[in-house]
Amino acid sequence: MLKKLRTSDRALMVLFTVFVLATPLLMAPLGAGYPDLMQRFAIYGIFAIGFNILFGLTGYLSFGHAAFLGVGSYSALWMLKLLSINIVPAILFSVVVSGLFALLIGFISLRRSGIYFSILTLAFAQMSYNLAYSVLTPITNGETGLQLDLEDPRILDNASEGGQLASPSLFGLEMGDTAVVPFLGMDLQFNVGFYVSALVLIGMFYLSLRIFRSPFGMILRAVKSNQTRLNYTGFNSRPYTLTAFVISGMYAGLAGALLVCMDPLAGAERMQWTASGEVVLMTIMGGVGTLIGPVLGAGIIKYFENIFSRINDSVIQDWFSALPDGVADVLVAVVSPFLGSGWHISLGLIFMLVVIFLPGGLVEGAGRIMNLITRLTQARKTASHRSDDRPSDDDVSSEKSSPGSVNTRES
Amino acid sequence: MDAILLQILNGLDKGSAYALIALGLTLIFGTLGVVNFAHGALFMIGAFCTVTFNNLLSFKRVTLSETELSPWGTPLEIQVPYVELWFGDFGATMIDYSVFWSILFAIPVMLLIGIVMERGLIKHFYKRPHADQILVTFGLAIVLQEVIKSVYGANPIPQPAPEAFVGSIDVGALIGMAENSVIYPIWRLVYFLFAAVVIGGIFAFLRYTTFGMVVRAGMADRETVGLLGINIDKRFTAMFGLAAVVTGLAGVMYTPILSPNYHMGMDFLVLCFVVVVVGGMGSLTGAVAAGFLLGILQSFASMPEVKDFLFGFSIDQVIIYLVAVIILLTRPRGLMGRKGVMET
Repeated sequence: MLKKLRTSDRALMVLFTVFVLATPLLMAPLGAGYPDLMQRFAIYGIFAIGFNILFGLTGYLSFGHAAFLGVGSYSALWMLKLLSINIVPAILFSVVVSGLFALLIGFISLRRSGIYFSILTLAFAQMSYNLAYSVLTPITNGETGLQLDLEDPRILDNASEGGQLASPSLFGLEMGDTAVVPFLGMDLQFNVGFYVSALVLIGMFYLSLRIFRSPFGMILRAVKSNQTRLNYTGFNSRPYTLTAFVISGMYAGLAGALLVCMDPLAGAERMQWTASGEVVLMTIMGGVGTLIGPVLGAGIIKYFENIFSRINDSVIQDWFSALPDGVADVLVAVVSPFLGSGWHISLGLIFMLVVIFLPGGLVEGAGRIMNLITRLTQARKTASHRSDDRPSDDDVSSEKSSPGSVNTRES
Repeated sequence: MDAILLQILNGLDKGSAYALIALGLTLIFGTLGVVNFAHGALFMIGAFCTVTFNNLLSFKRVTLSETELSPWGTPLEIQVPYVELWFGDFGATMIDYSVFWSILFAIPVMLLIGIVMERGLIKHFYKRPHADQILVTFGLAIVLQEVIKSVYGANPIPQPAPEAFVGSIDVGALIGMAENSVIYPIWRLVYFLFAAVVIGGIFAFLRYTTFGMVVRAGMADRETVGLLGINIDKRFTAMFGLAAVVTGLAGVMYTPILSPNYHMGMDFLVLCFVVVVVGGMGSLTGAVAAGFLLGILQSFASMPEVKDFLFGFSIDQVIIYLVAVIILLTRPRGLMGRKGVMET
């Protein structure tokens, strides 16, 4: 499977796999090594990768992707209720349903481009949310949300569980099962649900890599750079954009299904515009149109959502307790609105800063830092050459480690 | 007949709000070519201007009564708003009519917010792709919404209408129909009239003043107007401020109908985007007409007869989106859209 890739992509794929599989080990020191959060990393990573196939490649900014996530969730949960507690049919069914749903919405929305497209998808998502919330209550259970029930028919495996709700499983492996391994004083939690999601994530990452490198991906990029010109060359671009839309809708449905498999509860709020906005945030934050960016963004946003939102006033007071009272009070007053329940403010601010100054997201940021480092080392080399001729420059070249001095030298 | 009239009236107040917000959105689209996802936040800030002004007005002096006791046996606290202390009855009336006074308070506030937003943020995004404009204003909307949430809390804050406008009037009797057939809350009529005045004012301003003429010329061809030596940017900034004021006022007057909460902006924004798309991007008349049309349509869709007709499905929540889909499939530019607006 890896043979068809370029060397650099092969390395990326291997690195990605290693990192994803080692998440419990890597996240434990950061205080994020518990199953629920790691499952979210993987699942929202899938969601963001799918969104990136549409937005990153074609440039069509969909503001309604949460609708597919919600549809995926509902259909997966219905499969768990009606057919079997095994997650495989649930996932397959929800991918198909969300794909069909995406086909319908994409067919209509893709008749317009640019802002119109964003607004249309936003409207559709909001419509789905309203429908799920009120009209379709028999299917979605409205405000309460859909959940597993003891009276579920479950045609394939309706063994009596002795009055206990079954938990979703993969051929007997329950998603909630966790092996706790003590390691260097930390408890590493290896969770079945996380590894299922992680394997799906790796598979989906590979798929997205293949799409990025395929002729199909090339056409999608052409749509982004200049659709008019593409049309003038005789290409009908709509089938391609529609395919991209459906693929990314299926990714979202898959993510929704996995969410339900980890925690069998589906509510309408999963389809709200805020949820659609979140995946946009993740993708932008990590880096639009890059392979690794969306996963990175999803991880970072979910991490900070969990860590920041748990910080309350007393924790903040603890941080500054060493300072004199007056100063500490001022600092607490300044910092506290941005953390805890108000962490959305910081999220919004960070997002705005990223869009303004770093439109390529963290991946672009990392690229810039790499460039800076290479320039630094080059500058050092040339400087050391010069210092052979002019020994008086020695003091300057010893200061080379600070980036500022290099910049002034270059300019 | 009276049922139809009632539904039309019912649709008017929501329609007025849609029309005002959509008008503000279109002013920004048409002049600056920017999609403003933070526009709903402006509507919300307008509503919270009323809350703030009302709080300021009813700032109370607390004294302990010497004779009376509260049920807990402590001296009764007498709370008198300072305004009432200073101005007597006039002060009391002022508090009663605080919604109207808030308009005067909101105009400078919204103008300032609008201009700061345009100069401070959106100015830097004219040359960036539309997606970036959407994203940055979306981020701004989150920030504004969350700031309001952290200041005023997450619960809606009810705002009373002035006492003279509380209650309903018998519209049916006024126009010579049977009594008690069409009863309608007074404040909603006030809101509709207010919206009509504001919309009329904006149109008159654009139609009959030199400033408005220049702005219209700039909307048609910005470059040429600039080449003629007119500083069109300055006027467009003013138009952004004006759009913010229109939207803010829509929020101010809407407070007695819907208690202000931090997410009302986004709730309305999504609908108003649909309104603008249906009306035709960049067409002011289209935005206003579509706003009223969709508002009325929504109220018709919530009639029980319609529900019966559709086998028990209530479609009032989704009718607007359905109409939008149909319009876009049949008339992709909207009802009154012009060619070439926002199509790149």
